[in-house]
Amino acid sequence: MARKLNAFIAGLIALLLSAPILVVAGVSVNAKRSLDFPPKGFSLAWYAEVFTDPGWRGALVASLVVAVLSAALAVAIAFPLAWFLWRWRAPWARAFEMLGMTPFILPPVITALGFLSFWTTFDQYGAPWTVVVSHAVFFVTLPLVTLSMGFAAVDRSYVEAASTMGADDRTVLRTVVMPLVRPYVISGFAFAFVLSLNEYIVAYMVVGFTLETLPIKIFNALRYGYTPTMAAVTVLFVLLTGLVFGLIARFGDLPRLLGAWARHD
Amino acid sequence: MSALVLDGLTKRYGSFVAVHGASLRIPHGRFVCLLGPSGCGKTTLLRMIAGLEEPSGGRLSIDDRDITDTPAHKREFGMVFQSLALFPHLTAGENIAYPLRIRGASSAEQRRRAGELLELVRLPGAADRPVSKLSGGQRQRVAIARALALEPKLFLLDEPLSALDAKLREAMQIELKQLQRRLGVTTIVVTHDQREAMTMADMVVVMSQGRIHQAAPPMEVYRRPADAFVADFIGLTNLLDGAVAAPGVVAVPGGTLALPDLPPQGRVLLSIRPEDVLLRPTGEAGPNRLHGTLSFVRDLGASVEFRVDVAGTEIIALARPQDRPAVEPGGAVTVELPASACVVLPPGGERPS
Amino acid sequence: MIRRAPRSLAEHAPILFPALMLIVFFVIPFSLMIAVSVARRVPGGFYEPDFVFANYERFLTAFFGGVLAFSLELAGLVAVLAVGVAFPFTYRLARLPRAAQVRWLVFLLSILSLSEVIIGFAWSTLLSRTAGITNLFVALGLMAEAQSLTPSFGALLAGMVYQAFPYTVLVLYPALARLDPSLVEAARTLGSSPVRAFFTVVVPALRSTIVATLIMAFVFALGSYLLPQLLGRPQHWTLSVLITDQAIYQSNMPFAAAMAVFLVLVSLALVALALLAGRRKEEA
Repeated sequence: MARKLNAFIAGLIALLLSAPILVVAGVSVNAKRSLDFPPKGFSLAWYAEVFTDPGWRGALVASLVVAVLSAALAVAIAFPLAWFLWRWRAPWARAFEMLGMTPFILPPVITALGFLSFWTTFDQYGAPWTVVVSHAVFFVTLPLVTLSMGFAAVDRSYVEAASTMGADDRTVLRTVVMPLVRPYVISGFAFAFVLSLNEYIVAYMVVGFTLETLPIKIFNALRYGYTPTMAAVTVLFVLLTGLVFGLIARFGDLPRLLGAWARHD
Repeated sequence: MSALVLDGLTKRYGSFVAVHGASLRIPHGRFVCLLGPSGCGKTTLLRMIAGLEEPSGGRLSIDDRDITDTPAHKREFGMVFQSLALFPHLTAGENIAYPLRIRGASSAEQRRRAGELLELVRLPGAADRPVSKLSGGQRQRVAIARALALEPKLFLLDEPLSALDAKLREAMQIELKQLQRRLGVTTIVVTHDQREAMTMADMVVVMSQGRIHQAAPPMEVYRRPADAFVADFIGLTNLLDGAVAAPGVVAVPGGTLALPDLPPQGRVLLSIRPEDVLLRPTGEAGPNRLHGTLSFVRDLGASVEFRVDVAGTEIIALARPQDRPAVEPGGAVTVELPASACVVLPPGGERPS
Repeated sequence: MIRRAPRSLAEHAPILFPALMLIVFFVIPFSLMIAVSVARRVPGGFYEPDFVFANYERFLTAFFGGVLAFSLELAGLVAVLAVGVAFPFTYRLARLPRAAQVRWLVFLLSILSLSEVIIGFAWSTLLSRTAGITNLFVALGLMAEAQSLTPSFGALLAGMVYQAFPYTVLVLYPALARLDPSLVEAARTLGSSPVRAFFTVVVPALRSTIVATLIMAFVFALGSYLLPQLLGRPQHWTLSVLITDQAIYQSNMPFAAAMAVFLVLVSLALVALALLAGRRKEEA
């Protein structure tokens, strides 16, 4: 009885959480250019339009490029910082770790406005590359957290063993530490990638009038009225996001990344 | 003569002194055990030798070359860690070949040498096994092979056998000793197990509370302990408080003993091993005899242990079962403490808890 | 490798790039924003460096006070609802078999990272007249005819709770996943029903976690920017919307910056409070 109730509640929550997405998935296959659910007719034309319409395709490409570059830059910032904190005894460097955590905790509009003031002051407002840097700093928290966990999971005796066998710091990093933290590097990159892909306000404030990322494009399109293409884009985004997290779960220890104890505990 | 020389090596953590001025000279080819209770500083001392801890004071040299400030990766020592520290992302063979790989050896050379070393530790054909698929004893062998891969000047082992069960541990002790003899590599092992130290070492270094109490061959440490701590930590002993009463005579609870090597006056501590204490027929006269009451007897199989109360001090004697006197607990007994078996130690000092 | 304080420049080198990036692209923009918040607005142009508090004085107007009060109320309501649902949910989640946990976590993470635009669009579709949930009610005979439920306060609240729910679950997850199961088992052996054990043992044991999560969810909700525009009416616009509006459409950077600085102070104070609540738990 209690088990059935639990299953029912879990199912209800799952349904509530998926309902908006399911409805969007439904309207995305409407045959006509109207907002109808249940869908009237069936057509995948709107999905095709995402890739054929230059506006939507451009936004998709822009979003993917920005997400890949900014996630890579975020990892490039987080990796040496996390490694340094793990390798050396340097309490002062914790200040930079806190700095890296801050943008994620504060309301995003604040970081967005900070970047807007910064890029306008230095006369770079609207330059497409600025959104890459902005997203990298905004989302540096994610690789920083996963990498700190990754380094903490490396037994220091591995490093000591390597050094007694003649490996200097660089060699230890390349041959021992790197292979062991690689899953954490990948999940940090993936988290930053997915969030950058979906981010709206920072992108909007920084390059809103010069570069249309997908979230910006959807919002702009919404203002001029509904088209089923935006539903198709939304479904594609949800699938891509789910796929990335599915891959993290497949190749990494997701519960541990999210703060549960390690598997063997 | 070339050797490893520790000169006043000290490690402080804040106000806590982990190792206090350790000085030691280890000639080539020796098998040394650093022995002591947990927290005595033996692992810290080994880690300083390996270059994994920076000494707070003192110098370290090998073959007359000062290596105090040489980083671990330039010392060319091999080390086996307590956790073994086998790299989980590499196979057994890749672990062993690791030091060759980072020096740019060809993969053929790496394979050849890994195979050779696996032969050496009697684990042939295990090269392609992942570390996680090996048993505890096999991992042990891989860790040893890896530490020996570069023919190190110094072979260091930190409690290497502590994870193994008792039987396997004994077998590995003998094997390790034979291996060391064959290779002739200077070896330092940290252990808290005195049997292990006695089995393997040419030189036992007894440590407690950051200090070296004695460094000597195992039988000397056993027969001629330097102080009460060593006497009591290595094996079982009787410690008797005494005072020099006359030249060559010391007063102990329940009587006097005639001993050589006594100081002219003052208090002393006597150590005598239970197996050296002789049980005599009650009331028999002779030198160095004390009279007391038998308080407890237990059979240990190969021997019988007697606990005798002599004027409030307990003296333990071990006898062969066939030498067992016909006395019941509560009865009167006489024990003889042969002068040759008594070790005269300075009074007081620290004792193992 | 000895873990000690770095000494030479070479040993410090790895932190140079991250430190530089964070200083140049976070500390400086942030400081700049504070500087702009006390600058003087130049109508038609941008702003001039100055040191005036005129931008802060505008907080005292009734309009601003109203927006602030509404933002705080909305965020508070969202936080309470999200934690209220998420806490028992996460408690059950952390006790599921591992594979089921992973599936849920992937699902929750996917929703969490969805763009506000997408969530807003999805909810406005779900609540629309032609494709919305009311069509289902009509089909079930509960309603005479389909109607639009958006924009409205209810729609905004639903969207924001939907957005905050996965976040809240993930904030709660570590504490609940690490909760000693013997705690509940002990209560059960003493005769508590599962529900009773949950309320008498789990909830009190994690009281400070709950407080900390409430605050985190509050700050999260405070940052919601698009949902008020997509699901609410103009009177439902929050401080985040107002800041963007001032910065982009009114070109009043100094006032936007002043509001942002104010929002930072509120958020930081709340986060500090949350950390304090979390720390008290660790000491207990």
